[in-house]
Amino acid sequence: MRHKDRIKAFFTLLPSIILISIFVYGFIGNTFWISLTDWGGVGALAEKPVRNYSGFSNYIELFTGFLGGGFRQDLVNAVYYSVMLLAGAIGIGMFLAILLDNKPKGEAVFRTIFLYPMSLSFIVSGTIWRWMLAPQGGVNILPTYVGLKPFTFSWLSSNNAVLQFNWQNLLQIALYITSAILILIGLRGLFRAKPKALKFLISGAVICGLAWLAGDILPKALFMEETHGFNTATFGIILATIWQYSGYTMALYLAGFTGISQDLRDAAMLDGAKTSEYYRFIAIPMLKPITISAVIILSHISLKMFDLIFAMTGPDNGQTGHPALNMYLTTFRANDFAKGAAIAIILFLIAGTFIIPYLVGSYRQRRTGR
Amino acid sequence: MKKHISLSNIALYGALLLLAMAYLLPAYLAMVTALKLPADITLPRAWEFPATANYASFGEAFTLLRPNIVNSVILTIGATFFSTILGSLNGYVFSKWKFPGSEIIFTLFLFGMFIPYQVILIPLFQTLRAMNLYGGLPGLILAHVVYGLPITSLIFRNFYAQIPDSLMESAALDGAGFFSTYLRIIFPLSIPGFVVTSLWQFTQVWNEFLWGICLTRHTANPITVGLAQLAGGQAVSWNLPMAGSILAALPVLLIYILLGRYFIRGLLAGSVKE
Repeated sequence: MRHKDRIKAFFTLLPSIILISIFVYGFIGNTFWISLTDWGGVGALAEKPVRNYSGFSNYIELFTGFLGGGFRQDLVNAVYYSVMLLAGAIGIGMFLAILLDNKPKGEAVFRTIFLYPMSLSFIVSGTIWRWMLAPQGGVNILPTYVGLKPFTFSWLSSNNAVLQFNWQNLLQIALYITSAILILIGLRGLFRAKPKALKFLISGAVICGLAWLAGDILPKALFMEETHGFNTATFGIILATIWQYSGYTMALYLAGFTGISQDLRDAAMLDGAKTSEYYRFIAIPMLKPITISAVIILSHISLKMFDLIFAMTGPDNGQTGHPALNMYLTTFRANDFAKGAAIAIILFLIAGTFIIPYLVGSYRQRRTGR
Repeated sequence: MKKHISLSNIALYGALLLLAMAYLLPAYLAMVTALKLPADITLPRAWEFPATANYASFGEAFTLLRPNIVNSVILTIGATFFSTILGSLNGYVFSKWKFPGSEIIFTLFLFGMFIPYQVILIPLFQTLRAMNLYGGLPGLILAHVVYGLPITSLIFRNFYAQIPDSLMESAALDGAGFFSTYLRIIFPLSIPGFVVTSLWQFTQVWNEFLWGICLTRHTANPITVGLAQLAGGQAVSWNLPMAGSILAALPVLLIYILLGRYFIRGLLAGSVKE
């Protein structure tokens, strides 16, 4: 009887298993395969185009080719965009949660106000924010209502780029970043008197030194100089995204704060902790899993960001470009499916680097949790 | 002591009120602009209240968006219905009928929730085309049902984990099998789970844009695509896009304001660990 039920249970799940294996895993494999072809060149629009295997040429073209410059700029911009969105949404969300954790009167009303943007479509918020950020109106003239000069920043159309670097030196920059991370881990370990700390510090310093000394003989990623940076026009997109998603991190943290027992807080206060110290040393460290969740979900959102940029600056604006948008244009406007697939795979790999460890971690936790 | 509290209270309420105003500014601007006559909309006076409220923009935007709204209603109800039912059954198996490997399968399901959807877009487009489902609503519903499975299974799995196993055992003693236990014990207890999941799916499907624009022809475009087209034109005066935005936001905003508690539970479930 039990055995028969187990079989029934498995067969109930089976349709979903089949659907997920085809639509998620099969399709990812298929996209990868497409990215290794040339998608039949001119015959691309045919129902069944003749595809020729072309190895990694699409990827090589994107990263080092003459025509890939737009993609490289989009990629760089998306990295800056993700970092600023993470910092902004987590910082503001945490601040809002701390304010509301003090149980002010009307807490429910404030919570509703901070969270409602989250329920909107990116197309709705994008349309409204495009009007909010109009150069001579909206946000820019708000200061005049308190007697100040208006802002003059062109939020969505500025041509400035900051934090630029030469794509030729990609390898050197990657080495510098690696060494910086190693040194940071080493310093952290040093403070906590961990034995491995010195190893990290030394290897970090060595890599840094080598990258500096060998700067000129390292292979160049490109045959010519090409600078990429953060386009300041993206600030408008970041502002809108933070408006929409800081309430989300607030809700996460608020649920976490509420889960911490009042006894613990009382005990900390009895020991003479100030409110700020309670959050700094007790509450926020306790909510590390929530911070990790927030980082994962926000990075995932920023990596596939398409709708909001589409609605705010239109698909063709290069200043606020993003690989997700580039993928759409490459695939469905330029009909270069193979290159579109390669861009999608690159996005997927970036997302995978933090989603896979996260899911593996939560899987382990579920298994040991019971 | 009392004085100290009131001082920090002033700071607390001051910060809260300022932030609340900032968060409401876009909603205010959208409303004010939608209520203005096209001729009264100028950049320097964007924030000012209209002398007389003009409700005509809403009617006009509704006429323009009506086909899209009809499409979105069909799409949202269909996709929500199927993905919620399947999610409930999956969650039941994942939490009450664990078998060797079911945790791994569950984790593999969850992965589908975190992929950037661009990575499956091209095969999805081709598959729907090969199945003759490209361009219409059934294909879009299929996509939403399949890619909704991870989150709906997750919410129901976590929900059913709270139902004590002793209930399952007593049902088994009464001779109830897999389906009769589901129908007699689990399903009647699932109403909150169904509310959370269907509200979540409803807002997700209603708000979705990427598939809407890539997988449907003009006649089957959902509301988000219709709004993007309405707002995309250069010469358009701003009252129509704003009225359209408010119309497109209305169903999800109502859900959020009236049933916010359930909405937040869906939101928190999305962060996997509960």
